[in-house]
Amino acid sequence: MFRKLTLTAATMLALTSGQVFAAEAETEIEDFAFSFEGPFGSFDQMQLQRGLQIYTEVCSACHGLEFVAFRTLHDEGGPALPEDQMRAYAEFYEVYDESIEDYRAATPADKFPAVTGAGAPDLSLMAKSRAGFHGPLGSGINQLVKGMGGAEYIASILAGYHETPECAPEDFDGYYNVAFAPGGYPEECLDDHGHRTVPGSWIGMAPPLWGDDVEYADGHSTELHHEAQDVAAFLMWTAEPKMMARQHAGLAGVILLIMLSVLLYLTNKRLWAPHKHKD
Amino acid sequence: MSGIPHDHYEPKTGIEKWLHTRLPIVGLVYDTLMLPTPKNLNWMWIWGIVLAFTLVLQIATGIVLVMHYTPHVDLAFASVEHIMRDVNGGHMIRYFHANGASLFFVAVYLHLFRGLYYGSYKAPREVTWIIGMLMYLMMMGTAFMGYVLPWGQMSFHGTAVITGLFGAIPFIGESIQTWLLGASAVGQPALNRFFSLHYLLPFVLLGLTIVHVWAFHTTGNNNPTGVEVRRTSKEDAAKDTLPFWPYFVIKDLFALAVVLAVFMAIVGFMPNYLGHPDNYIPANPLATPSHIVPEWYFLPFYAILRAFTADVWLVQLVNWVSFGIIDAKFFGVLAMFGAIAVMALAPWLDTSSVRSGRYRPMFKWWFALLAFDFLVLMWVGAMPTDGIYPYISLIAATYWFGYFLVLLPLLGVIEKPLPQPATIEDDFNAHYAPKAGASASAKSAE
Repeated sequence: MFRKLTLTAATMLALTSGQVFAAEAETEIEDFAFSFEGPFGSFDQMQLQRGLQIYTEVCSACHGLEFVAFRTLHDEGGPALPEDQMRAYAEFYEVYDESIEDYRAATPADKFPAVTGAGAPDLSLMAKSRAGFHGPLGSGINQLVKGMGGAEYIASILAGYHETPECAPEDFDGYYNVAFAPGGYPEECLDDHGHRTVPGSWIGMAPPLWGDDVEYADGHSTELHHEAQDVAAFLMWTAEPKMMARQHAGLAGVILLIMLSVLLYLTNKRLWAPHKHKD
Repeated sequence: MSGIPHDHYEPKTGIEKWLHTRLPIVGLVYDTLMLPTPKNLNWMWIWGIVLAFTLVLQIATGIVLVMHYTPHVDLAFASVEHIMRDVNGGHMIRYFHANGASLFFVAVYLHLFRGLYYGSYKAPREVTWIIGMLMYLMMMGTAFMGYVLPWGQMSFHGTAVITGLFGAIPFIGESIQTWLLGASAVGQPALNRFFSLHYLLPFVLLGLTIVHVWAFHTTGNNNPTGVEVRRTSKEDAAKDTLPFWPYFVIKDLFALAVVLAVFMAIVGFMPNYLGHPDNYIPANPLATPSHIVPEWYFLPFYAILRAFTADVWLVQLVNWVSFGIIDAKFFGVLAMFGAIAVMALAPWLDTSSVRSGRYRPMFKWWFALLAFDFLVLMWVGAMPTDGIYPYISLIAATYWFGYFLVLLPLLGVIEKPLPQPATIEDDFNAHYAPKAGASASAKSAE
């Protein structure tokens, strides 16, 4: 189903110019097909709800969503939970209230609590703070076609835990992940020229998803790839909750400006015609 | 105001005369709008209007953003997210503003290269050119400080790198850097003053815009032929020109609408394409991003900054001659500012008596290479500093200086220019021939 594309500038350069260029980490980012891609795309409400479920049952143990308010789970263009469900969901969380100097159940006006204990990064903006696609030649021009690839990056990381390659020592720190670039990398896996022989690197996060980690109410497949994609879509929404409104505004704006351009073009043509001896 | 002879405003009614003797503001507006404009201006003459519009757009959206933004190191990032999530229409306003900076620079580079090709910098328009260069510098400063305000990773570490450039100045560099930052390191004082200046400078830019327009309204516009409008009489001038209103206002508005349609598509569908993902990570002084990359519009000059490394013989020579005062880092800083300085000096470096590149057969190709060189610098500025990239940077940076310092003076001497049209009217009629029958029959009837 999924088009599997191995990319990064390093790959392209390695193919075109051999040893001249310094090897950067090579990663495998799958170009997942998300429903929100392209000017006419939109968030799949059910997918966002499934992603929320995975975040709640798995990710939230270590990662916070400190910029996301519970009330927004009810927003149109997002997971759009019914109001009573959203309120009930908020009450699951405890937040620290400075006015009473104590913890209390969260209300819709509160934000997801920050989770700092595990040293794991906050996920609110994760889908915008990573780009999956960088090519060709590191110019990032392919993002014009594929998008920034933030959601693809997240899904690829979650589904990118592979068997540890044979070159690596048994006790090397972290978990081997083909989509993760900035992690540790054992010297044993470098070739004679110091180039990496296996893609990805070693990530600190243990594999959070294995497949069948949750039970979806809508009966959707809980295969690892689907789970990864669902939570990535949800995190795209937490990063860009107004995406639908923005795309609608963009579309309306472009159409109106094109109409205005046509009218101004005709006006201009008519105006200049006598001076260009065309009347 | 204009040196080109044309009809001036004459107050007709009583109230107009009353006002005109006290404040000739209507006359000022009239003369500005009715400015005789060369009728052969092509589509490269639209970027001025795009720039004026963008300045207003940036000021308008910026004023609204300030209403919701908090210039504090602990609160700035969250206040931007507040704008993105809670403020009505805030996400659109912020994306307009952030991408507006890119629109600004696209327009300014096209405007600038148009001037370089058609010789708009040459006498008598040197002052217009110099003011334009000042505006460009001010734009860069404003854009840089604006990028600091969200207080993301690139904001923070970019500030450290850019202010560090001033730290490279011998003897007094460190003091200057501290003075700029208001502290020995990037922090609250820097954020506060950059916020203050980011709000102030656009209004200075607005003032300079008025002077820029005033200057070229005095000399008249340049045009694709580089041939001046005839000033011998009002009638001759009228044959070469058309009034700015309505002819060029409508033409420019059409072009603006097309440009804005593209801009709207970027804001609507890919608003983060031109930004760096790392700036969605809150600033963390302890974690430096693996690549610190400036915004795309700084990349050509960033590439020149990085091009002159310690292993370049010229750098070593200068280092030796200056008794080590000018090291590679300072050399790079001088090169970066020098790259803009040589551009500002173009009016005096260009020895050719012919203004427009259209009639300069050799210049034409070297100019095309300069435009390509600029794009190469932009690309290589975002690349790492190992492998083949430093060589590309060095060659491209050298060409930039070579163009201004060697080619412009030399070409004027060795090049044999092509014949230019006698008047703008001739050039215009060559494109839009008067109906042969009409003029011939008019003559035969005489």
